[in-house]
Amino acid sequence: MATLLEVDGVSKSFGGVAANVDITFNVEEGAILGLIGPNGAGKTSLFNSISGEVTPDKGEIRLRGKRISGLGPVACSRAGVARTFQVVRSFDSMSVLENVMVGAFSHINRAREAARHALHTLDICGLGARADTPAHSLTPPEKRRLEVARALATNPTVLLLDEMLTGLTPTEAQAGVQLIRDVRRNGVTVVMVEHVMEVLLPLIDDAVVLNLGRVLTVGKPTDVVRNPEVIRAYLGDRYVAA
Amino acid sequence: MTFHVVAQVALSGLLMGLIYALVAAGLSLIFGLMDVVNFAHGELLMVAMFATFVIFQATGLDPLLQLPLVAILLFGLGVAIYRGLIARALSVQFNRGMVQIFVTFGLAIFLRGAVQFVFGGDFRSISGSLLGDRTLHLFGLFVPLPQMAAGIASLIAFAGLLLISRTEFGKALEATREDRDAVALIGIDRNKIFALGWGLGAATVGVAGALLAGFYYISPNVGANFALIAYVTVALGGFGSLLGALVAGLLIGLVEAMTALFLEPSLKQVGVYAVYLLVLMLRPRGLFGTI
Amino acid sequence: MELTAPVSLRLGHSATIRRRQHALILGAVLIVALGLLPLPIHDVYTQNLIILTLLFAGLAQAWNILGGYCGQISLGHALYFGIGGYVSTLLYLRLGIPPTLGMFVGGAFGAMAALLVGWPCFRLSGHYYAIATVVIGEIGYLLFLNWDFVGGANGLYIPFKGESLIALQFRTSKLPFHYAALIYAAACWFIAWVVEGSRYGFAWRAVKDDVVAARSLAVRIFPSKMLAAALSGLLTGIGGAIYAQYVGYLDPESMMSGTLSILIALPAVLGGVGTLWGPLLGAAVLTPVSELLRSYLGGSGRGVDLMFYGALIMAVSLARPAGLVSLFVWPGQAKLRRRRGDAA
Repeated sequence: MATLLEVDGVSKSFGGVAANVDITFNVEEGAILGLIGPNGAGKTSLFNSISGEVTPDKGEIRLRGKRISGLGPVACSRAGVARTFQVVRSFDSMSVLENVMVGAFSHINRAREAARHALHTLDICGLGARADTPAHSLTPPEKRRLEVARALATNPTVLLLDEMLTGLTPTEAQAGVQLIRDVRRNGVTVVMVEHVMEVLLPLIDDAVVLNLGRVLTVGKPTDVVRNPEVIRAYLGDRYVAA
Repeated sequence: MTFHVVAQVALSGLLMGLIYALVAAGLSLIFGLMDVVNFAHGELLMVAMFATFVIFQATGLDPLLQLPLVAILLFGLGVAIYRGLIARALSVQFNRGMVQIFVTFGLAIFLRGAVQFVFGGDFRSISGSLLGDRTLHLFGLFVPLPQMAAGIASLIAFAGLLLISRTEFGKALEATREDRDAVALIGIDRNKIFALGWGLGAATVGVAGALLAGFYYISPNVGANFALIAYVTVALGGFGSLLGALVAGLLIGLVEAMTALFLEPSLKQVGVYAVYLLVLMLRPRGLFGTI
Repeated sequence: MELTAPVSLRLGHSATIRRRQHALILGAVLIVALGLLPLPIHDVYTQNLIILTLLFAGLAQAWNILGGYCGQISLGHALYFGIGGYVSTLLYLRLGIPPTLGMFVGGAFGAMAALLVGWPCFRLSGHYYAIATVVIGEIGYLLFLNWDFVGGANGLYIPFKGESLIALQFRTSKLPFHYAALIYAAACWFIAWVVEGSRYGFAWRAVKDDVVAARSLAVRIFPSKMLAAALSGLLTGIGGAIYAQYVGYLDPESMMSGTLSILIALPAVLGGVGTLWGPLLGAAVLTPVSELLRSYLGGSGRGVDLMFYGALIMAVSLARPAGLVSLFVWPGQAKLRRRRGDAA
């Protein structure tokens, strides 16, 4: 499979605190990659660099060989990077359909067509029946879905999911996993930050483990999980190597 | 266009600039404190001028001597405006920014109408005050005494404001300005600070009004021009900065006087506005601004 | 609606689409009603009142595109009004170009001016932007006051050269002006309707709700603001041209003053910013009220009209910050608006 996203030597500090140090890994096209690590490992910060919210101090990020780091969120989105946020950011004054239409408008000009594409995307994400509901009255899991739908409506090449499954009941989490699989089936590469290991590990193809701002290891989930350093980094978490 | 004339005009401009600075200081105080643009600021100045006029007519008390009285009156008015209007505007659920703008705008129009109702639209002036029409002869220049006194009084007022900023109250003001939400944690009642801040801002412009009344014409519409100049001065000096208000005021006064001299009297404000636009483009937060 | 039904059918039933269709129907009905309204009225005072109301409804809607939908509160909009009026009038007086054509040129100049103002000023936040527009408006006013080419303080007088549709000159009846104003107001309303449902309307709402999320969805804020400015300036300028022809006289005081800027912004603010009907409602309430105040109370010069006006502005701003339209919304929408208010 071809390499879609290259993170190359990315470093970023905030006011003297190094959030990311020399991060390097690749994402294969069509894969689901898990970005894992304890709190403070620099995962969201890395996301922010990939999606353009933040410009790395050092290093580069490339999508299909073209640099996307440092271009800002709008340019990154137009290049094909979509994301969800850790704390859901829905457009509360709009309905579910209208929320997703904002995403659709990123590559569609006419409102009717945008609405059509938005409704189609909502169906994929299982929110089709809630199209006219005001966004602010959705349940939290539904709001997460809405974020995914909205990001998906931009027809991205890669979708960054920031702790989408955190805090969900097991049933909700399974539904979320199915959604992510559907997203991948629709041709979108997924990079996800997640804490809920039990749900994550069976889902992802590759894993990148971050700790204290650096890459700890990269590999298949089954290998990464048995890595003694990874276990040590997670000491204090409830997770135990099988 | 001799040096003499230029120097004369420059001095006059600087003295006026001190008044502008004072008006701006009052505006900047409120602005910096709670991010509310007081579109009625010019009208507060106008009310102060009328108050001075009324007291003078009734008691013969010279405007300069009225300063503490007018300051207290305007302080009360400022607090009343906060409690009655602004506090309500701040707690509005929808369109807060717009509500703030238009509430103070409505107040400005109301005050203008109210003063017109009581006094009519004619121009008034104070004549026969202590300093009256006396002129000082300084370094070969003629300085009207009321303007000179106003300038000195403004500087004293600035010193007063500086002193206040060193007190507990002043520090509380500064703290509230920096972080509106956190001050509750250190026991500062935000509402009280806002009210007092409004009072102090109004009192400051009240002093300016009392000083102006000594030599400027008094009419219900006089506030509008000063208000615009105040916005420009605050923008130039930097929101929330006392020193900025002073420096900017002097600069604006000078620019206005020079524009009137070298261009045309009716265009004197254009010079000021041009400066404003320049500052806006090159340094949006003003000379000493922190926001 | 069944999820298995075709997407286009489900869309037709969606609340969003239906709301827009209803608005369009209501608008059409209103236009017809307003078209028939003046026929039984022969009192010149009332006719004039209606014409002014329609003009301000259009102007308010034009302002609303930039100030309400896009969120940039301009308090110096009379600049574009005046530019439109002066350009159109000068073209007519100096070059004989009829105002029916000249108004569009005036509008174009208005649009250009709005773009020029927006370019440097849009990066300023709310209140600072408002002040900048006030100052810029004042500069325009002062410049025109001192510029002989445009007549300076004396202004320009449009001589009556005979009844003419092309030249928008009518003396025997106010009726044609009524229809001109109605077409203008309807056009402004319709353009607002189109913009509201377009990608730009969505972009502005998104930015108001959550600018970070909007940017992550490739919403380009600055170009959309420039579009709002251009549209708003264009429509305001055209309104100025029509007004100039109606009154037959222009001077900076009546065409470009700061007071006029407030009169343009006020109906939308009181009626409901960022809504389709707000500006219309606001104009329908404010124009008659201010005219009445002026003629019955203002004549004495005692400022009672100002007191009423100021009190009205304060009261409506505090009691109904969402505007008068909020009196007409059903409960579900009211909650929606409160949510938007929190984000604002």
